[in-house]
Amino acid sequence: MTLLQFSFYLFSAILVFAAGMVVTVRNPVKSALFLVLAFFSAACVWITLQAEFLAIVLVLVYVGAVMVLFLFVVMMLDIDLARLRAGFARYLPVGGLIAALLAAEIVLVIHGTFPADLYSPPIVDSTGHSNTKALGSVLYTHYVYAFEIAALILLVAIVAAIALTMRKRPGTKYTHPGRQVKVRREDRLKLISMKAEGKSAQEGTT
Amino acid sequence: MHEFYLALTGWLPQYFQTTLWICLKIVAILAPLMLCITYLLFAERKVIGYMQTRVGPNRVGPKGWLQPIADALKLIFKEIIIPARSNRYLFLMAPVLALAPALAAWAVIPFTDTLVLSNIDASLLYVLALTSMGVYGIIIAGWASNSKYAFLGAMRSAAQIVAYEIAMGFALVGVLMVAGSLNLREIVINQSGGFWQWYWLPLLPLCVVYFVSGVAETNRAPFDVAEGESEIVAGFHVEYSGMAFAVFFLAEYANMILIAALTVLMFLGGWLPPVEVEPFTLLPGLFWFGAKTTVVTFLFLWLRATFPRYRYDQIMRLGWKVLIPVTLVWIGVIGIGRFYTPVGHVFS
Amino acid sequence: MRLDLRQLYKTFSLSELRKGMGVTGKHFLKRKTTIMYPEEKTPKSPRFRGLHALRRYPNGEERCIACKLCEAVCPALAITIDSEEREDGTRRTTRYDIDLFKCIYCGFCEEACPVDSIVLTDIHEFHMEENSERMIDKEHLLEIGDRHESEIAAARKQDAPYR
Repeated sequence: MTLLQFSFYLFSAILVFAAGMVVTVRNPVKSALFLVLAFFSAACVWITLQAEFLAIVLVLVYVGAVMVLFLFVVMMLDIDLARLRAGFARYLPVGGLIAALLAAEIVLVIHGTFPADLYSPPIVDSTGHSNTKALGSVLYTHYVYAFEIAALILLVAIVAAIALTMRKRPGTKYTHPGRQVKVRREDRLKLISMKAEGKSAQEGTT
Repeated sequence: MHEFYLALTGWLPQYFQTTLWICLKIVAILAPLMLCITYLLFAERKVIGYMQTRVGPNRVGPKGWLQPIADALKLIFKEIIIPARSNRYLFLMAPVLALAPALAAWAVIPFTDTLVLSNIDASLLYVLALTSMGVYGIIIAGWASNSKYAFLGAMRSAAQIVAYEIAMGFALVGVLMVAGSLNLREIVINQSGGFWQWYWLPLLPLCVVYFVSGVAETNRAPFDVAEGESEIVAGFHVEYSGMAFAVFFLAEYANMILIAALTVLMFLGGWLPPVEVEPFTLLPGLFWFGAKTTVVTFLFLWLRATFPRYRYDQIMRLGWKVLIPVTLVWIGVIGIGRFYTPVGHVFS
Repeated sequence: MRLDLRQLYKTFSLSELRKGMGVTGKHFLKRKTTIMYPEEKTPKSPRFRGLHALRRYPNGEERCIACKLCEAVCPALAITIDSEEREDGTRRTTRYDIDLFKCIYCGFCEEACPVDSIVLTDIHEFHMEENSERMIDKEHLLEIGDRHESEIAAARKQDAPYR
């Protein structure tokens, strides 16, 4: 067994274990953390398959951003485990059916349509041509419309999410840092030259 | 070097040999790094002391030079207290998760033209991905401590890091557009030809944004609301003591040096000398890299000594409403300037 | 809102940040004013209120006449005095205890004393290792007074015109 094979099996084992824990562990925060571990080991497996760009982007986007936000929400929930488990038996048939369907689909896809040569190890490009560059050039030529449309849809989704959640209650007082930094001394302070007070007042102070 | 190693360990099995060689290289990078971190701790106390017209620590050893060693020894011998209702495993794992990405990122940093552990293709993305993972240490520490202050610190840190990562990513997009490569070594080589060729000049706004986001990402003053001792005691590491606390400390400083090194690589010409004429080119690249990194790290300390902590809403405003628009505008300027104006060579 | 070019320049050139960093940068290079404490010390006022002492007259007779004014005036109730008649018919203390943890070093005892017996010296570098050591008794106080009589007298003399 070479080092590469060893690391592949190691990371796959971690991946399968973490994926199992995601659905079995009780605590939602731990579940989310196991999902992070699963993503990370998936990225490691991809690296052994020479898909370094995809692996790094998986870590960057899912581990670095999406799961952080996910944890952010999950950590603040106060989940009553007893109540969650109450409906387990009732949902079991439906859940089991969906799981069985998914498994059947995966088996069908792998054993039906996939050509056998995709199982072979990836071709190592010795010319130093980077797959990052290859991916980019395909994305921006062949798939440019699909790519741009996807980007646009995401942008619309961001705008929509902000528009849906933004609300301004009347009568709430906010500080406006933008306005605060623009304040100048001349706006708030007036220097007035005044004559000194009368003689008696001066004597009183001395 | 490698041949000598192979001759020395020829009797070992192949995989063991490879693993050992990798481990040796890791030690060769991390040992000096750890030394730098301990002395950065000392330098910080000294520099901030000097800026407040004090002299800083000067008792342990000659002129205080053994102070960081004394600090480390003290922390090693202290008890690690695990709060009763905390999550034991996550509690102990959090400092490791904070430190590991900061150290792993050094694998792709090119110290000189030839001195780099792993010259991977998308090293810039790799570094960005790893620095974004440092937040897990803080979040897990905050949650596992089962303490409200730690939890508040973790929440603040998570929101802040997600916000500043976007600005950081956009700043790197600018570098990427100008350099035409994701490889840190090539980015530096593209900057050769004297300090006016370095990217800080055409990418000045991005350089500033990157550095500011770097300060925010490492939770350093003036963005250190995750610790915020005036409101939430010590933030995410209230419950930590002894070596577990020390590891958080190490992670913060390792991140600081890392951000400084990345700023140097991407905007200040890495190992290249400022002027490519005789007396400057004679000095080795490692010297220039170290000198520039030192200067940028000093800037971190200088910032801490100068500015008061930001209010939380101002941090969010700065991240989302100032830094991100600035980067977006400058990316547009680069794009248009490079392809539609006669001075496009400035941006390449 | 009116577009203010100068304001814009001020914001984007980070002029205020640079100004702030200039201030700290200047102090970085300034001469340091730190006193290296155990080796160097700042001058102390003759009115400094440190550790207590009981004084004697030059002929060796203790000054304290057990009038208990100090005990009465002490706001922290740190002083405890018992008195008795001595063989020669004078009133003297049999017990004069000061609780150093209670004492707030206000100097009222010194002001109240009609015979300049109880004084606060300028000794401030003292410590105790056991809780019981916080009580200092008459013997101890007299001993402190004997040991530092010359400094105490010099400080009183220097401050005398203002009393």
